[in-house]
Amino acid sequence: MIVRTTAWSAGPGCHGGCGVLAHIEDGKLVKIEGDPDHPINRGRLCSRCLAMTQYVDHPDRLRSPRKRVGERGENKWQDISWEEAYDLIEEKMGKIREEHGPESMVFSMGTGRDVGAWICLLAYNYGSPNVMFALSGIGCYSPRIAASETVLGDYCVFDGGQWLPKGHDDPRYEVPETIVIWGYNINASCPDNIFGHWVIDLMKKGSKIICIDPRLSFFASRADKWLQLRPGTDGALAMGFLNVIINEGLYDREFVEKWTNAPHLIRSDNGTLLRASDLVEGGSPDDFVVWDTASGAPVIWDSANQEFRAPGAAPDAAPLAAVTPALEVPAEQCAVHLLDESSVPVKTVWSTFCAEVAQYPVDKVAETTWLKAEDIREAARLYANSKPATIQWGVAVDMTPAITPTSMAIAALWCLTGNLDVPGGNVVARSAFGAVAYALPGSRGPIQLPSPEVDATRVAKDRYGVLSEFIWRAQTDVTLEQIFTGKPYPIKGMWVQACNLVGGIGYDPKRWVKALKKLDFVCVVDTFMTPTAELADIVLPAATFLEKDGIRSWWTPLESIVKAMEVEGCRPDNEINFELARRFNPDIKWNNLHELLDEIVSPSGMTFDELAKKGWELPPDGNPSAPYHRHERGLLRPDGKPGFKTPSGKMELYSVLRERWGFEPLPHHEEPPFSPVASPELYEQYPLILTTGRRSPVYFNSEHRNIPWLREADPDPVVELHPETGAALGIGNGEWVWIENMFGKARLKAKLTPIVPRWLASATHGWWYPEQEGAEPSLRGVWDSSTNQLLPMGYQGKDGLGTHAKCTLCKVYRAHNAPPGAYALPEGGVIGGTIRAGSTGHGPAPGHAPAGSRGTSPRTEKEA
Amino acid sequence: MAAKRKAKAPENGLLIDYEYCTGCYACQVACQQEHHWPAGMGGIRVQEIVENLPNDKSYLAYIPFPTELCVLCAARTRKGLQPACVQHCMAACMKYGRIEDLAKEITKPRMVLWAPRG
Repeated sequence: MIVRTTAWSAGPGCHGGCGVLAHIEDGKLVKIEGDPDHPINRGRLCSRCLAMTQYVDHPDRLRSPRKRVGERGENKWQDISWEEAYDLIEEKMGKIREEHGPESMVFSMGTGRDVGAWICLLAYNYGSPNVMFALSGIGCYSPRIAASETVLGDYCVFDGGQWLPKGHDDPRYEVPETIVIWGYNINASCPDNIFGHWVIDLMKKGSKIICIDPRLSFFASRADKWLQLRPGTDGALAMGFLNVIINEGLYDREFVEKWTNAPHLIRSDNGTLLRASDLVEGGSPDDFVVWDTASGAPVIWDSANQEFRAPGAAPDAAPLAAVTPALEVPAEQCAVHLLDESSVPVKTVWSTFCAEVAQYPVDKVAETTWLKAEDIREAARLYANSKPATIQWGVAVDMTPAITPTSMAIAALWCLTGNLDVPGGNVVARSAFGAVAYALPGSRGPIQLPSPEVDATRVAKDRYGVLSEFIWRAQTDVTLEQIFTGKPYPIKGMWVQACNLVGGIGYDPKRWVKALKKLDFVCVVDTFMTPTAELADIVLPAATFLEKDGIRSWWTPLESIVKAMEVEGCRPDNEINFELARRFNPDIKWNNLHELLDEIVSPSGMTFDELAKKGWELPPDGNPSAPYHRHERGLLRPDGKPGFKTPSGKMELYSVLRERWGFEPLPHHEEPPFSPVASPELYEQYPLILTTGRRSPVYFNSEHRNIPWLREADPDPVVELHPETGAALGIGNGEWVWIENMFGKARLKAKLTPIVPRWLASATHGWWYPEQEGAEPSLRGVWDSSTNQLLPMGYQGKDGLGTHAKCTLCKVYRAHNAPPGAYALPEGGVIGGTIRAGSTGHGPAPGHAPAGSRGTSPRTEKEA
Repeated sequence: MAAKRKAKAPENGLLIDYEYCTGCYACQVACQQEHHWPAGMGGIRVQEIVENLPNDKSYLAYIPFPTELCVLCAARTRKGLQPACVQHCMAACMKYGRIEDLAKEITKPRMVLWAPRG
């Protein structure tokens, strides 16, 4: 039997969306292949998905709920039934809700996997608003999306033809002349709802590459321009690009005049936007003011109706038709009269924006970024003169604390160059048909909090404006603090799903261990034991994507996930959470999970079963989720008027929301907290720039080290050093070294390679050793090689977003020996055989590789 | 005697456009899955090659190398399917076919034509 379905974790780990054909015999997965008809991958498939036979049948796979019978971290468990597990969870979480309130339970998720909707379903029906994405500064994807939503009302991605039935061959599509790959090893990463190798497809069709990356990546090697910037200076580089583009007149002036808030006036006395309420009696604070060069007078921009009005005109008066807003206010007339009779000088947003950009002359940017001025100029010109051109940015952009102003600068680039929502440019990304399960930036699905009051207690919601507008999460760094302080209310329990706080996503993992131990109740849902699961009271075994029904509704197309098989004892995340949501809220509006799936896909006009018969569906032209030119066609705003879903209805070069939230409304650069510039004294002590988390094509973050075919391809945690740096430090290729800084250290294997500059240490992240002892102090070897030990919590950006995983400092020195978990090829080179006493003893069977049988499995310990 | 046996000229091969190989390991794992090889064995291996160039520059290349275990997926190609590595190659930079035909497709630099043991 061959089952056609969609890959979205658990399993390959990624953001998913590829079409697969699962070959099932006698209820077992015997093979998985790419679906040649699928519009995303067209028959291709990545190594992680191709290794699914080793994943689903892995001997260490969790196959029964278990409860802790020793102390936390002793790795002593007892298998229990699902019914008993549900009862226990209901009792423990019910007690916390009763005694401390529902907000005292935090629901912690990792990245990528298909749990976002389901963890919200559980949290919201339990009554807690505290869903937490467990990375410091929520520093992956959401900040970029939120920044784009802030200034543009929508998010954008590079146009790989993914909205068109024929892809690149669709007559509406244009191959980008230039693609900017910004902080993104997109072929090796698990891209954000796009298929990384689309970029390679387009390179074959002639797209040029500008690569912004400190490492010589695949793209850097093949780029027309490679900018090997100092990590954490992306904001300065983007401002430098803007500087060249504005000074050399390479921007689309018509777009600036017509679609941005460039003509809106700013008061020189307090630096805020001039509002209709400043000017006329009864004027709205949501309406702005422009200078009309035709009449030589200020005119009001009516944000709600997207039209100009004469100041003081009657509400039913016709809007002004012939208004010519000035981009620069004439020098002889630079003051307006306010309601209080005072006169205040004004300037336009455009002048203010250009003045900010002028703070970044190319020579200064070159000094900041460690690039050559000429390279910056040439790259900016190549991008601006290419039509169309597109920018695809990666998580490296989120991993600087000034993520929002950096993203604002990058978003301004694709807008000012006329590449917004054009074929082959940066297209507005909305979920196909608007079918979403839960609140994501800019969209709300059927899974919602019961009332706004419930949201009032969400951690740090009040502190960071963006969390009340675009990111419906508890702020991670503040949550961790609150676990220890109990202020303003105690946190007593944590539900951890598809999330490895200690071995993967959590910075300062020792502090997370302390935090977990402080809690009254911890439940972990995962496919395998992890360092985090070792600290739980209850562990639930999750199903892979092959074992569930579900929906993948992130950007496009709208896709169904259908159950191809079952693994006895495991249950899908969505079924687990639906059952518990039903228990915590007997009034839940759906009778079963399929009713909820039906409601999620209903904007497409289909039921889940109808969608599942098709497999996927693209939104038709004219749907707000299908390109192009939607701001011109009135497809982006709820009222159907042309423009954007922002407070002013314009693309905001000066952000109304940022002004309201009390943050800088203009894009700019900020130094990351630990850098040669920000902390020169630390740089003397730790003279290498440390960037962590360069992607491996065979792993998703902290997963997959127990999958033999994948581990074989990338066996060790690696720190890349330039050969001359290695020589200077007396480090040979392949030697184990310590990387250390003011916060901690980790032991990795040195790989001497000229792909990194002399000043950089590029370390892989997410390493723990599934084959090692589960009990403390080992916790599966997590303290050996986890680079998160060098990263502190609490250094998020001013707006609560962004982090510093890619731009900190370290020193490197020889370790003289390997960590106990260091991987070695056993005799004969066969990986997957028995290599250690106490293993489960699965030798390699003829014709099929036994998966992950190295080392001590938790089941062995349980049986012992 | 075996030593006297003349190897038959290979008919089929793999054309790799290694300019576009990204080193994703899809071919390597696809082969292991198709032929049930345990980790440590397989019909195709991805190699990373970094070459220093003049003026402090380097070039990063990847290349899939068909090993002694490559049988060009004879069972698949008989059924009209592509070899597992070719179908799943994420960069679509591998092609299977008759060596004569593939040789004619070497129309750009950075390509290699393998005639595996088969």
